[in-house]
Amino acid sequence: MADATLNVGQLGEPSGTKPKRTFSRRNIILYGTLIVIAMYYLLPLYVMVVTSLKGMPEIRLGNIFAPPVEITFEPWAKAWATACTGLNCDGLSRGFWNSVQITIPSVIISIAIASVNGYALANWRFKGADVFFTILIFGAFIPYQVMLYPMVILLREMGIYGTLTGLVIVHTIFGMPILTLLFRNYFTSIPEELFKAARVDGAGFWSIYLKIMLPMSLPIFVVAMILQITGIWNDFLFGVVYTKPDIYPMTVQLNNIVNSVQGVKEYNVNMAATILTGLVPLTVYFISGKLFVRGIAAGAVKG
Amino acid sequence: MANVSVKNLVLNFGSVEVLRDLNIEIPSGEFLVLLGASGCGKSTLLNCIAGLLDITEGQIFIGDKNVTWSEPKDRDIGMVFQSYALYPQMTVEGNLSFGLKNAGLGKQDIEQRIARAAEILQIEPLLKRKPSALSGGQRQRVAIGRALVRDVDVFLFDEPLSNLDAKLRADLRVEIKRLHQTLKNTMIYVTHDQIEAMTLADRIAIMKQGIVQQLDTPYAIYNSPVNKYVAGFIGSPEMNFFDGKLAGAKADGFEVEGKKISLKGYDFADAPRQAGQGACLGVRPEQVVVGSAAKAMPVKAKATVELVEPMGADTLVWSNFAGKPFRFLMEGTAQIGIGDKLDIGFDPAKANLFDAETELRL
Repeated sequence: MADATLNVGQLGEPSGTKPKRTFSRRNIILYGTLIVIAMYYLLPLYVMVVTSLKGMPEIRLGNIFAPPVEITFEPWAKAWATACTGLNCDGLSRGFWNSVQITIPSVIISIAIASVNGYALANWRFKGADVFFTILIFGAFIPYQVMLYPMVILLREMGIYGTLTGLVIVHTIFGMPILTLLFRNYFTSIPEELFKAARVDGAGFWSIYLKIMLPMSLPIFVVAMILQITGIWNDFLFGVVYTKPDIYPMTVQLNNIVNSVQGVKEYNVNMAATILTGLVPLTVYFISGKLFVRGIAAGAVKG
Repeated sequence: MANVSVKNLVLNFGSVEVLRDLNIEIPSGEFLVLLGASGCGKSTLLNCIAGLLDITEGQIFIGDKNVTWSEPKDRDIGMVFQSYALYPQMTVEGNLSFGLKNAGLGKQDIEQRIARAAEILQIEPLLKRKPSALSGGQRQRVAIGRALVRDVDVFLFDEPLSNLDAKLRADLRVEIKRLHQTLKNTMIYVTHDQIEAMTLADRIAIMKQGIVQQLDTPYAIYNSPVNKYVAGFIGSPEMNFFDGKLAGAKADGFEVEGKKISLKGYDFADAPRQAGQGACLGVRPEQVVVGSAAKAMPVKAKATVELVEPMGADTLVWSNFAGKPFRFLMEGTAQIGIGDKLDIGFDPAKANLFDAETELRL
């Protein structure tokens, strides 16, 4: 690098690493575009954060981009613990715990089932596997609205309509097509000989899945978890249709806080509530992003 | 020890016939090599024997036990794959013990078996390592070890050396041969490499389009191939072929491009033949002699050197004979250049003669 420039200087002809100009036209366009796009996405978040830290009098001044003069965390506390939705005045905390209770079992159950599905479809070509797979994939393209009402009837007949269990089942079912596809494709990419070797070694269906396939599949499990956690946490439609006010998930509660028509619109509380609701998927992205990259790198070393 | 026999095996993938009415008897302790170009069905046959593919018709016996419907683990086989297929998340020890644990063996027994296999294959220092920390040759050794610890009767090798570089391949080839001499197991070995086949096999089965063309000792396959395909497939550099016809009253001569060649001393097969019948004469490049020794040969010619391929020990010379390209081998020390004129000759009694239509040996 330093040597390369030296070489060029001394001999007057190219030698070693090709020197790169920092401010080439290519770099300016590339980084310029990236910065503009990053601003475009970050600006609303910035507005939300500063607004949530202001008191109402300051907000009424109308300078939405100005940083807060007096920082207050009261809106955050109110959004979490005392904001009113309908009859309850215990803030978003109720919705948060509901969402946790919905998301954790839904994610675990849907991934557990879908990974076995994918494994069976990829490695054990049973009779009718193709038909089964086609039907499952077809399921991914049916609009949710079509299935809303039949699902209500189904849950009612099972006696779990309006319960958390019902919603968990709904999430598990609706996550199945895309997750199965994801896992099937991943397991197909694992060399078939590995599977054959395990069969010769006397491992059965579950033994191969648990001892051979599962330890090799960390990356795809992380991907599936990101998909499911963010998908289920952000879900509004199923939450509002299949539960009742006491057990509304956080998103539905957020809507009820923000859209309540009586009294003054408390923008700072609304902003704080929205950020609180979005915090979980955001954290998942930050934590798993690193894990995801590491998983990919580990998976790249072929055994 | 166990013999393997494949009876009337048929395998179809949909409407595609992959294996057609295959019959192979492998006596106990034999090293059989399945040899053929890619797509000839040799790996498929091995997978059928291993029980990894369901067959369409026929039967498979291992050690006189009908295993046609048995699971792979119940067939008393160990298999080694081209891509090693080691379990990447397990250590070498874990890889070796996986099958034994599945079989429900005791801890002490497992340790003993691993120690023995590791000693035979000289992989003791590697036992705690992960496969990703091993070289190609070491990985394949571990893969062989995985079959070894299970104390199976039959070893199946699916192109085990194809992923290795030339030198390692030669080393491991010798080791596999030594292993066979020590263990005396029945081994079935799939390869497309004829050197591997020739050096390792007790018998070779040459396959083409799902049919065994010839099943015989390496010597017989090399020296009296049953048809033109086998003759052309085995031997490197490839055999020279001349299309001509049979001549002479007893059809014991060969005529190509007006040149008459006496086949005196040639060991004719029982096939009926008549003068004027189309035939093909095959001469191996190493059967050709050059220089003064050529004068003593029944067939003599002058050849002009057109291309030279030095290979170290030998030099392959391209020339022309009877209007066709003609390859022959010379010593590696021979100093020749393009355009040189050489005396060449060969003994047709040692050549191979095939029918032009059926391509069968005459």
